[in-house]
Amino acid sequence: MNDQTPTRVERSAKLKGLGVSRKRVEDVRFTQGKGNYVDDIKMPGMLFGDFVRSPYAHARIKSINIDAAMALPGVIAVLTAKDLEPLGLHWMPTLAGDKQMVLADGKVLFQGQEVAFVVAENRYINADAIDLVEVEYEELPVLTDAKVAMAPDAPVLREDLAGQESGAHGKRKHHNHIFLWEIGDEAATDEVIANADVVAEETVYYHRTHPCPLETCGCVASMDKVNGKLTLFGTFQAPHVVRTVASLLSGIEEHNIRVVSPDIGGGFGNKVGVYPGYVCSIVASIVTGRPVKWVEDRMDNLMATAFARDYWMKGRISATKDGRITGLHCHVTADHGAFDACADPTKFPAGFMSICTGSYDIPVAYLGVDGVYTNKAPGGVSYRCSFRVTEAAYFIERMIEVLAIKLNMDAAELRRINFIRKEQFPYDSALGWEYDSGDYHTAWEKALKAVDYDGLRKEQAERVAAFKRGETRKLLGVGLSFFTEIVGAGPVKNCDILGMGMFDSCEIRIHPTGSAIARLGTISQGQGHATTFAQILASEIGISADSITIEEGDTDTAPYGLGTYGSRSTPVAGAAAAMAGRKIRAKAQMIAAYLLEVHDGDLEWDIDRFVVKGAPEQFKTMTEIAYASYHQEIPGVEPGLEAVSYYDPPNMTYPFGAYICVMEIDVDTGVHEIRHFYALDDCGTRINPMIIEGQVHGGATEAYAIAMGQELAYDEIGNVKTGTLMDFFLPTSWETPTYTTDFTETPSPHHPIGAKGVGESPNVGGVPAFSNAVHDAFRPFGLKQSHMPHDQWRIWTIANDLGLHG
Amino acid sequence: MIPSAFEYHRPADVKSAVGILQAQGDEARVLAGGHSLIPMMKLRMAAVTHLVDLQDIAELKAVSIAEGKVTIGAMVTQHMLIDNARLAASVPLLREAALQIADPQVRYCGTIGGNIANGDPANDMPGLMQCLDATLGLAGPNGTRNVKARDFYEGAYVTACEDDELVVSVTFDVPKGGHAYEKQKRKIGDYATAACAALIEMDGGTCRSASIAMTNLSDTPIWSRSAGAALTGTRCDTEDIASAVTAALANINPTEDNRGPVAFKMHVAGIVIKRAITRAIASA
Amino acid sequence: MSKMHLKLTVNGQAEELRVEPRELLIHVLREKLNITGPHIGCETSHCGACTVEMNGKSVKSCTVFAAQADGAEVTTIEGLSPLGEMNVLQNAFREHHGLQCGFCTPGMITRAHRLLQENPTPTAEEVRFGMAGNLCRCTGYQNIVKAILAAASEMNAAKEAAE
Repeated sequence: MNDQTPTRVERSAKLKGLGVSRKRVEDVRFTQGKGNYVDDIKMPGMLFGDFVRSPYAHARIKSINIDAAMALPGVIAVLTAKDLEPLGLHWMPTLAGDKQMVLADGKVLFQGQEVAFVVAENRYINADAIDLVEVEYEELPVLTDAKVAMAPDAPVLREDLAGQESGAHGKRKHHNHIFLWEIGDEAATDEVIANADVVAEETVYYHRTHPCPLETCGCVASMDKVNGKLTLFGTFQAPHVVRTVASLLSGIEEHNIRVVSPDIGGGFGNKVGVYPGYVCSIVASIVTGRPVKWVEDRMDNLMATAFARDYWMKGRISATKDGRITGLHCHVTADHGAFDACADPTKFPAGFMSICTGSYDIPVAYLGVDGVYTNKAPGGVSYRCSFRVTEAAYFIERMIEVLAIKLNMDAAELRRINFIRKEQFPYDSALGWEYDSGDYHTAWEKALKAVDYDGLRKEQAERVAAFKRGETRKLLGVGLSFFTEIVGAGPVKNCDILGMGMFDSCEIRIHPTGSAIARLGTISQGQGHATTFAQILASEIGISADSITIEEGDTDTAPYGLGTYGSRSTPVAGAAAAMAGRKIRAKAQMIAAYLLEVHDGDLEWDIDRFVVKGAPEQFKTMTEIAYASYHQEIPGVEPGLEAVSYYDPPNMTYPFGAYICVMEIDVDTGVHEIRHFYALDDCGTRINPMIIEGQVHGGATEAYAIAMGQELAYDEIGNVKTGTLMDFFLPTSWETPTYTTDFTETPSPHHPIGAKGVGESPNVGGVPAFSNAVHDAFRPFGLKQSHMPHDQWRIWTIANDLGLHG
Repeated sequence: MIPSAFEYHRPADVKSAVGILQAQGDEARVLAGGHSLIPMMKLRMAAVTHLVDLQDIAELKAVSIAEGKVTIGAMVTQHMLIDNARLAASVPLLREAALQIADPQVRYCGTIGGNIANGDPANDMPGLMQCLDATLGLAGPNGTRNVKARDFYEGAYVTACEDDELVVSVTFDVPKGGHAYEKQKRKIGDYATAACAALIEMDGGTCRSASIAMTNLSDTPIWSRSAGAALTGTRCDTEDIASAVTAALANINPTEDNRGPVAFKMHVAGIVIKRAITRAIASA
Repeated sequence: MSKMHLKLTVNGQAEELRVEPRELLIHVLREKLNITGPHIGCETSHCGACTVEMNGKSVKSCTVFAAQADGAEVTTIEGLSPLGEMNVLQNAFREHHGLQCGFCTPGMITRAHRLLQENPTPTAEEVRFGMAGNLCRCTGYQNIVKAILAAASEMNAAKEAAE
């Protein structure tokens, strides 16, 4: 049975392990239209649920009349808060320690809020019934600006919190205040800044936007009253957490709840939260005894489920005359909407915003974040980034640019002077993080060289001169961005969600004939886990990735895990996979030793087999070992070959990168053109370069959209102005730039395979690159700061304000 | 997004279509390509009890180019306009503009008649028809009457078309001279922030005629007589173009929306008009 | 409102069913005929996830009433290749990593199929223009363009070899 022929190179290639651009196993079904998304699920007797939503951003509900709706043939039920109250489900806890109305309880606090849940035989009857539910509202004054929400006489939004002087994150100082989260030494920071040679100050706004995955959120709840089992299919980025929450809310024991995330059509943070639609579907299924499906339409999605950003970041940064940064002060006014439903680790109400010292060696810093209620939808999720990391990266990369202007210094040089140096890693940041590894200077020099930075600056100077001579109306911007991500949440000692530590897990079972199945606590939404996790395992256990099935998302079968968001799958579940693989290998070694009649220590691992040291012709392949583990008695060793690992990461991982955007801007129309976009990523060990590149393309495109036009905009009375894809900017293939990708490879020292995660880096690094390009184009004319999104009229306004329209 | 219920009609000829419209009054709506109407119905912003689908009316799908006149049936799609080589040769302006409407799938469905008849100021064909000085054929209970595109639009979604009439055709002279359709938008699939159609005929360095029309810059398409007049008889030098632009801007009245504030739109309109005129002259 | 008798051909198969005229083609395909390849993304004809072919044209089936499809020939992603087999285009999407979450993919491939019927030798720019009715949130399109160009070359090479 010994495998004699293949060479080591051939055997290694056959594994399709780490570093191989393995084609995705998922694609076979997706390209043939055989994916299985939540709206594809059909169950016998299934009903459709949908919401009556508030047209107002702030109003008291005077009455709800459901009679006409109930009279419509095919309508099964109409639920209101009154129906949920006896079950204690008219409100639900949020992931951020606040509570949220499931159905409007006396008042509504944002446009699109869920008021009643209609259950009907089909979508069409449901839509007709929604029109027949009569709700009488009394409009109340609306707050859409977090900065004015804290005015002493601002309207009270959360009457339910009256008299509560503290919330989940400490003291509340105003009726619309949620928390003040502080980190760092403010007194020391203030002192350094007060005595600095140079201080730059700026307010940087990161506008409200939305993850807007192509598939909206939805679920199918099915209560089996005979067996007492609840099955919940849904678009869940964290199915296990949903199961636990569902159990706590409903009182159904957790073993009687099965949560399944089928294929998910993109998440980007939108599908982390627990939404009223899930709760109402469950209740409706319990009430009717039939399965109930709820799927948002696009307007619902944009209006009501999980926005992102909306951070007003006020910064002061100080430096010596020659450009050494000495201190950073940041205060954020964070607009959380009507309920605090951010999906952050419990102890981090502003996520990892404290990574805002960026890639720079800043000796002292302070961050204070005031969370504030407004009449906007709840959310505040991490849209393709780790928790608030894109806000942090945008803030520091704008502050660096503003400081460069103040110092009259080249912004690339200013970065170079202040980067944390290679020999400083592991590096303790002023705001308390231990950066695990990095080599920023090498990456930066590679990037600058790749785009011919000096040449670009020369060209830009010539362009400015030509513009001033009246020979052109186009300006050239060079947008620089160097980012450090903080991903892989996270160590159980400080990261939890609803008290559950943010470990992750992998369970692997080797079959008698040497193929395997592995299950993880994560869930892919397009990242290709079924492909890449198999590659990690292939390299660890010597079984070809093609012979390893990866399964995720079914809580009845997968081990408990905290799900996929914040680039945590590779850093945490990927590590669990490697560790589980190593447990398999350890047992396999004992079996091989027995079969080869040597001591364990006489064996060494070689790609796909254990070989007797010094006797390469004596070996047992993993396939042979697997067979033996099921077929013969091995003294002192249990039959079978299985392992499970729950991995608690010792630290976060810190991917980093250098992005440069070259942009042409038509001063008269505000129209831009991306001439070149260069993205260098260092995500540590590279598991599948093809997938990494795809992640960079996609993340950079989301960054492009956000920076250049994508906005969840409200008018002054709280109407959502961008509720369809006509106005909410998702670029087509025509507008989207092409990207040049590049990399350096600095493995994480604490991750079992050195991988760091990459899916979110391009959004984190991309947004400042695009935005800085716009700013850079106008820097020669005196622009310091202008808020995103840089759509045509806003760019035009910059030019107009600078007097460039003559 | 689910529309309310309606009765569906699919007449085989114009006469039957008119008959249904006549019988149902303002409860009936004509369905051409549907890509404006159906989304409005799905959002329940358009209430329709009787939907009259024109897809089976073969006579509305004809294109004829004869004796210097072009006649296009109302159900000719944007895709057919783009794909018709003879039309592209005779009226390249039409193809240029049609390519800037929506996206490929929408262009397969969207029709010239629907685009014209809907009365949406953001639609591109109305301005284009005004630029071409097209005549619209309106079929009604008393046969077909003609209305100039320049007289057709009364306000946003308000046109000269009566409830029991439908637009069946457009007719215009094969244009002479140079042309351009300049459109600024945020992305493919978006309506114009500002758009301008220009047709300019030159004769030995002097402008013989000029027709300038604009899209989405007022509550109707705007054909600017004065802009054309500012160019006609001139050498079309920089100052002449500037006067035409000034004249055109005096005729528009854009409103603020997600595409930007009024000052921006006025400025961009000026740029777009200038570019359209300049390019039309260059190709004249 | 009365129901109507609807007759259409879907993926070569004649179908007859009773529907309300207001039912959208995408719902009839997905819910009545269990053809779940085409998806619902935006419902306002912007995203193209619901793209199918109707009478030889790419259409967004969320913006077509089933009634309009009476008598039509409809092809969905399921009709582009025999079950379990990937055609050149499907394979090119896999080969060049032209998809991630897969939600836009059926519409994307169905549209690309028609694009290549009409223009068998497109440039990258023509592909970008011709695919602009289909939104993708994951890939940034770069690999989709690559996949379609590669499929075009492969189809053309096969055609040449056959001649």
